[in-house]
Amino acid sequence: MARRSCLGRSDCAASGEKPSDSNLRMRLFVLSRRPKPRRVNKVSASLSSNGSPPKFDYDLIIIGAGVGGHGAALHAVEKGLKTAIIEGDVVGGTCVNRGCVPSKALLAVSGRMRELQNEHHMKAFGLQVAAAGYDRQAVADHANNLASKIRSNLTNSMKALGVDILTGVGTILGPQKVKYGTDNVITAKDIIIATGSVPSVPKGIEVDGKTVITSDHALKLEFVPDWIAIVGSGYIGLEFSDVYTALGSEVTFVEALDQLMPGFDPEIGKLAQRVLINPRKIDFHTGVFASKITPAKDGRPVTIELVDAKTKELKDTLEVDAALIATGRAPHTKGLGLENINVETQRGFIPVDEHMRVIDAKGKLVPHLYCIGDANGKMMLAHAASAQGISVVEQVSGKDHVLNHLSIPAACFTHPEISMVGLTEPQAREKAEKEGFEVSVAKTSFKANTKALAENEGEGLAKLIYRPDNGEILGVHIFGLHAADLIHEASNAIAYGNRIQDIKFAVHAHPTLSEVLDELFKSAKVKGNISSGVGEAVAV
Amino acid sequence: MASLLQSRVPSFSSSSGIQWRPSAVFSSIPRRRIFTVQAKIREIFMPALSSTMTEGKIVSWIKSEGDVLSKGESVVVVESDKADMDVETFYDGILAAIVVGEGEVAPVGAPIGLLAETENEIAEAKSKVKSAGSSSQSAPPPAAFPPPPPLPAVAAAPHPPAAKVADGPRKIVATPYAKQLAKQHKVDINSLVGTGNFGRITPADIEAAAGIPPKKSAPVASVTTVAAAAAPKASATTFPEIPGSTVVPFTTMQSAVSKNMVESLSVPTFRVGYPVATDALDALYEKVKPKGVTMTALLAKAAAMALAQHPVVNSTCKDGKSFTYNSSINIAVAVAVNGGLITPVLQDADKLDLYLLSQKWKELVEKARAKQLQPHEYNSGTFTLSNLGMFGVDKFDAILPPGQGAIMAVGASKPIVVADADGFFSVKSKMLVNVTADHRIIYGADLAAFLQTFSKIVENPESLTM
Repeated sequence: MARRSCLGRSDCAASGEKPSDSNLRMRLFVLSRRPKPRRVNKVSASLSSNGSPPKFDYDLIIIGAGVGGHGAALHAVEKGLKTAIIEGDVVGGTCVNRGCVPSKALLAVSGRMRELQNEHHMKAFGLQVAAAGYDRQAVADHANNLASKIRSNLTNSMKALGVDILTGVGTILGPQKVKYGTDNVITAKDIIIATGSVPSVPKGIEVDGKTVITSDHALKLEFVPDWIAIVGSGYIGLEFSDVYTALGSEVTFVEALDQLMPGFDPEIGKLAQRVLINPRKIDFHTGVFASKITPAKDGRPVTIELVDAKTKELKDTLEVDAALIATGRAPHTKGLGLENINVETQRGFIPVDEHMRVIDAKGKLVPHLYCIGDANGKMMLAHAASAQGISVVEQVSGKDHVLNHLSIPAACFTHPEISMVGLTEPQAREKAEKEGFEVSVAKTSFKANTKALAENEGEGLAKLIYRPDNGEILGVHIFGLHAADLIHEASNAIAYGNRIQDIKFAVHAHPTLSEVLDELFKSAKVKGNISSGVGEAVAV
Repeated sequence: MASLLQSRVPSFSSSSGIQWRPSAVFSSIPRRRIFTVQAKIREIFMPALSSTMTEGKIVSWIKSEGDVLSKGESVVVVESDKADMDVETFYDGILAAIVVGEGEVAPVGAPIGLLAETENEIAEAKSKVKSAGSSSQSAPPPAAFPPPPPLPAVAAAPHPPAAKVADGPRKIVATPYAKQLAKQHKVDINSLVGTGNFGRITPADIEAAAGIPPKKSAPVASVTTVAAAAAPKASATTFPEIPGSTVVPFTTMQSAVSKNMVESLSVPTFRVGYPVATDALDALYEKVKPKGVTMTALLAKAAAMALAQHPVVNSTCKDGKSFTYNSSINIAVAVAVNGGLITPVLQDADKLDLYLLSQKWKELVEKARAKQLQPHEYNSGTFTLSNLGMFGVDKFDAILPPGQGAIMAVGASKPIVVADADGFFSVKSKMLVNVTADHRIIYGADLAAFLQTFSKIVENPESLTM
């Protein structure tokens, strides 16, 4: 029950009210008699006029208990901040319930299935495997159970550390003031928006959740279609194609751009196409939009109308058993109350600066308000969200911090995996032209790696894009077995500014896949011997 | 070259007065070796990039069809078990045709592209690729000796759906894997009717059209595993093992014989025997033997002449509901060859004279023994003759070969004591003839009448020599 001291005054606006002096004294009087409560849930804060520090319910309120919010919450507790986290749906958000966790469970199944079915591969090892089969419900249960487990782990970890988990949809009422649920209002010194994103469905596409689905439905694996069209060939579409083809479906990709997998480095994309698409039961249409998708009904299949991306004329019509919409994710920022603080979204994203501080409609920073994760659109990856959250908590604790997004790796969990950090080759060359430096590329093949060959997984490539003048690593891309795990050596190097001529002396265990990167760094040619500067006497 | 000249020049002492100048022996005009260069279409082979490579995958074609190549230029990138290598061409020319495309696999040594010397050959090379493709589509019949078994049921499957194509131009919908298979096996996808959901063309349809037996479908979305797709044979009875026995699998010919015999079990047959007096025939045989006529030819001719008068015995029942009267009388004669059995056919035996027939027979036997019989020389028979008389067998009955109406089994002629109408005994040579016939088309009276005619011809054999 919020007690607003709005004694009928006309200027009692939502942005905050100015209590009369008499009320203030009364309040101070009341407060001075009682011991300061540890947990104050339902008392609205008020700005004191005598200069003492403001009393907030919390030091930090996080709206959204997804990966971003969770990461921020844990770090906040470490820093000694009193933290509350508001969740309107399920703890864990997209990643745990509708994203990373169940998709990796399904991909684990598909990876095993693919291996067992690959008679050629098994024979090379000298193994005989009887015809492998699967029970769809059991596979779906594996994914669901894992999601539940991680969800409860997340919840418990926050509870154990003393973070208040508040249930209800959160909205911003004003600076440093948040409402959750129907009418609970709380205040905090700083607020982090971490509301995440939802699958985006372009117009003209009718999603019925049964034959025309998004990733949310697909991860429940309610059925395995004979033939599914996947609209969008980014990493989500690619991962699902891996799952569906392993489980026996045929796949058709519909991609609006001219190249499949447009976000990847082109060389990696070409290799990936050769290994992940061409030999599998997959075909594709590029340069076309799915302008209209009608779900299956009355014995008719799912029909997809394809129009040319440039000329917009109808090119083809697909008749398939199911369609998966994987065109991207849209930020979940409606109903946040952003208008109360004069913030306007751009295509749904909340504008932020490099410190994750929210920028309002006039271009000014909104004080004490931050936005992390998918909602700001800077880097829509789970670990980017939690890294941003940690960065914000650092700032809120008094230390300046700017997250270097170029050091954040990304991975695609197909079989074999793809991972990358930093710039792609075209991006690096563009930057090089603008800033006037040279770019070199080094490549190694998994075929040269003992462990990869022992596993009969020699199909793979690691690529290093670097500056030969000073040894700076601009980007690393890996396609092969365990690529998602191997990338961290490179992302760490970029994060700490390590240069190739220094890290190439690091020792890697033999025989391991990490030697692919060892080879990569050793094969790079850095001109001159620019010293690392440590322990060097400087002549004066 | 100089040393060669010297070695050839005989060493004559100059005192003989003859001066052998090498240049005089070999004409000073250098012999021009003219090579008639036949503009060729060369094949670019899948190279062995390592000693362990057995097949390679084309990563990408560096050059496209129509590009001019010079010796040593990289043409294609091939992936081996170790690395991706650029493959160079050994000849100049124009890349006329790509046989194995990007992403496809070919065994080491197989042609992956065609190189034409000049532009004229490009069209030829392209057609070569096309014909190679279409010939591989029509599955080549196995060169089995006895008539090859009828087409497997798999190939027959597309025929019923083909009837449904009556409705107007339908959009051809094919699944991604079906399209890949169609490209690989060079099947025209537009000619097929799909059997999948909503009428789409499935990989199984492509495999059926290309004559590939379907593999076990993988993966199976159920806990129980699916049994092998191969049609299981009728449950074989297990026999007790007799120690010391060895198992030798059938050869192709033996398998075919076995198959035919099993098939014949589905035909209702009956047998009629007839004793035929052969004294006159034997006498004739003695007369014509020096001219190269064999007993086989005599019997075949006699049978043919009798069949001419009884066409129903020369007919077959092909579909279980009609007579197929054959216009020619082709007598197939069973011949034992090494480890097998074959039936060379004397075509139009009634029309050829005895001597011609004998000559033809001799040729056929030679071919049979050399395993060089053409299919039409062994599967065009309308009536079969089988003779075991040379072994002393008096009577036996033969199994009816599929596709024919009757088979005649002839035994040895043996002297037997007969009593004639007046009660006098005499010794006559008789051979027992036994005909097995398909009762769907040949009835008892037909067969008996035929045998009566046959017997009359044999006992009055002058007509044979006409």
